[in-house]
Amino acid sequence: MGASGTEVSKTTYREAMREALREALRSDDRVFLMGEDVGRYGGCFGVSLGLLEEFGPERVRDTPLSESAFVGAGIGAALAGMRPVVEIMTVNFSLLALDQILNNAATLLHMSGGQLPVPLVIRMTTGAGRQLAAQHSHSLEGWYAHIPGIRVLAPATIEDARHMLAPALADPDPVLIFEHGSLYNASGELAPPTAPVDLDHAAIRRPGTDISLITYGGSLTKTLAAADELAAEDISAEVIDLRTLRPLDDAAITASVARTHRVVIIDEGWRTGSLAAEVSARIAEGSFYELDAPVERVCSAEVPMPYARRLEEAALPQTADIVAAAHRAVD
Amino acid sequence: MSVARSSRTRKDPARPKSGKKTATSKPSASTESPARQPSTGHRTDLLEAMLRIRRFEERCVELYSATKIRGFVHLYIGEEAVAVGINEALTPEDAVVSTYREHGHALARGIPAESVMAEMYGKATGCSGGHGGSMHLFDASRRFYGGSAIVAGGLPLAAGLALADRMRAQPRVTCCFFGDGAFAEGEFHETANLAALWGLPLLLVCENNLYAMGTALAREHAQTDLAMRAASYGMPAWAVDGMDVEAVEQAARRAVEGIRAGTGPHFLELRTYRFRAHSMYDPDRYRDKAEIEQWKVRDPINRLTDRMRENGEPVEKELARIEQRITDEIDHAVAAAEQAPEEPVENLLRHVTSSPAEAVS
Ligand SMILES: Cc1ncc(C[n+]2csc(CCOP(=O)(O)OP(=O)(O)O)c2C)c(N)n1
Ligand SMILES: [Mg+2]
Repeated sequence: MGASGTEVSKTTYREAMREALREALRSDDRVFLMGEDVGRYGGCFGVSLGLLEEFGPERVRDTPLSESAFVGAGIGAALAGMRPVVEIMTVNFSLLALDQILNNAATLLHMSGGQLPVPLVIRMTTGAGRQLAAQHSHSLEGWYAHIPGIRVLAPATIEDARHMLAPALADPDPVLIFEHGSLYNASGELAPPTAPVDLDHAAIRRPGTDISLITYGGSLTKTLAAADELAAEDISAEVIDLRTLRPLDDAAITASVARTHRVVIIDEGWRTGSLAAEVSARIAEGSFYELDAPVERVCSAEVPMPYARRLEEAALPQTADIVAAAHRAVD
Repeated sequence: MSVARSSRTRKDPARPKSGKKTATSKPSASTESPARQPSTGHRTDLLEAMLRIRRFEERCVELYSATKIRGFVHLYIGEEAVAVGINEALTPEDAVVSTYREHGHALARGIPAESVMAEMYGKATGCSGGHGGSMHLFDASRRFYGGSAIVAGGLPLAAGLALADRMRAQPRVTCCFFGDGAFAEGEFHETANLAALWGLPLLLVCENNLYAMGTALAREHAQTDLAMRAASYGMPAWAVDGMDVEAVEQAARRAVEGIRAGTGPHFLELRTYRFRAHSMYDPDRYRDKAEIEQWKVRDPINRLTDRMRENGEPVEKELARIEQRITDEIDHAVAAAEQAPEEPVENLLRHVTSSPAEAVS
């Protein structure tokens, strides 16, 4: 309702995503939603609640517990002209469909010499923060960003939750959307877009001059909080939200480093071989002479995510860690 | 690309047949006895289609030894009756999903030998532009969706093609080939359940050649009656003599009729045998030479010509004519592949994504 109108409305990340799905289902009869418990249950995080009633079981399709089969079915349906939106409950379970994502979705266009684009959207939850322990909390989007042939999105704001799906569906290639589980209840104002939403550019969420804080997804809120704290100490931090993890917006990263000359990268993935490592390497390659301090990274501790609240908090990047890293870079 | 491809389709032997095929397709009464009285012409067509695959692959062996073709090459020799018999029941509107042992499926489907050979050579004129090779043959214009070298990896995708048809009430069938080894993979079982649950128009064609690489059927399956196990998913499933092209055709017609009538997925277990090693790399140490010889007695090509002779059909004359035509066709395919341009290295990053700009990131 309101979220698709022309006025500013109060909504949540979850509702914004649902509204995006509703709009897609309404405006294009090739679109259908498929996944475990997306229908009757309303989606394991409640994103698709009510869509079954509105669009029926053909287009809001509950699947058996067969990640490989229904992701592969999404690929096949996309090849045959449909525009499936496949939901995988969490990134952890996507590993059971990794074969289909990597060996089919990402490769078919190339292996077929350009004959077979796969216009498929796969959505899944990622990330920790809800004491779900070591099989429901990891951030593996950096792995997916490793794969040529797919686009990887991480909507971090209500606006992006609402508006990234349409361009993702318009993309002729597979698009993976990672929704951080801690974001669903985030509420805020949603204004109609002032410019066309594109999937190629990072966003400056807060302009600054002293240091670049580069992040995405679930870490954006913590990073903005860190920027607030730094502002109180007269350190002007620029917050870059990558938004698209593949392909990376190199120009935005380079431009920000050229303004601030100091960088902290915040990534909920494990540090080793992480997306943060990739961003850091690109800065070393492209902006080396702009740097006034070594690049800092704030990532998750290299442990399987623990259950106990205090341990989980200690394992995750926190605002205080970001502030401390910024101090190391600035001092 | 596909436009260019169809324009260089010099001749397309298997394709024109499919037009009249639907007209001759009559409901079959049972599997035991052929319901349609096969005409001499039809048997000759079947013979030619099988011989084309046999001779094409024999030439591939030579070209492999001559290092013109590289990579993994999996030969279909001995199993030709399966691809040819199944293809008889399909129309150009139907879809085919195949494996890495796919030259037979591709040729039976009507992809020109020239286009397949160029792909084996890794040339730009190949049916996958040289990006795929022997294991990844594609032809979107013939709804031939490859060419998957992940054992069982094509099955979920085939279910999706069938799902799209079901959702849009398209009276088409998707045919998916896979082996006895694939039957042990989770992706097979997930797909069988999903397809039966949703009543998808999917023909599951299990080529049971008794081996998954070097592992014999009984060493990979606790229960080796694969058709029976497939039936447990609630779909019609039965075993067929995969060395008898007419038996395969008849079973395929019956299954496809069932699927088109809306009774959901069907499973066929084709009992067959590969006469050659698993791939060009395989020293074939895991089976008895005597076993191979026993199966060669049932060679699907000889089986058909014997039957034609028994029926007093003019086999020898036909054979000479067919062999000549196929030799010419393959000679031409090889010559064309030799001449064909390579994809320029500057195009390395093409077709990674649909937008060329993204290839850099
Ligand atoms: C997922 C996967 N595991 C293993 C392999 C290696 N491999 C290639 S073919 C093959 C045997 C498959 O046997 P089957 O399904 O019976 O088909 P066939 O080769 O007999 O036609 C194996 C193990 C593979 N390609 N993919
Ligand atoms: Mg086998």
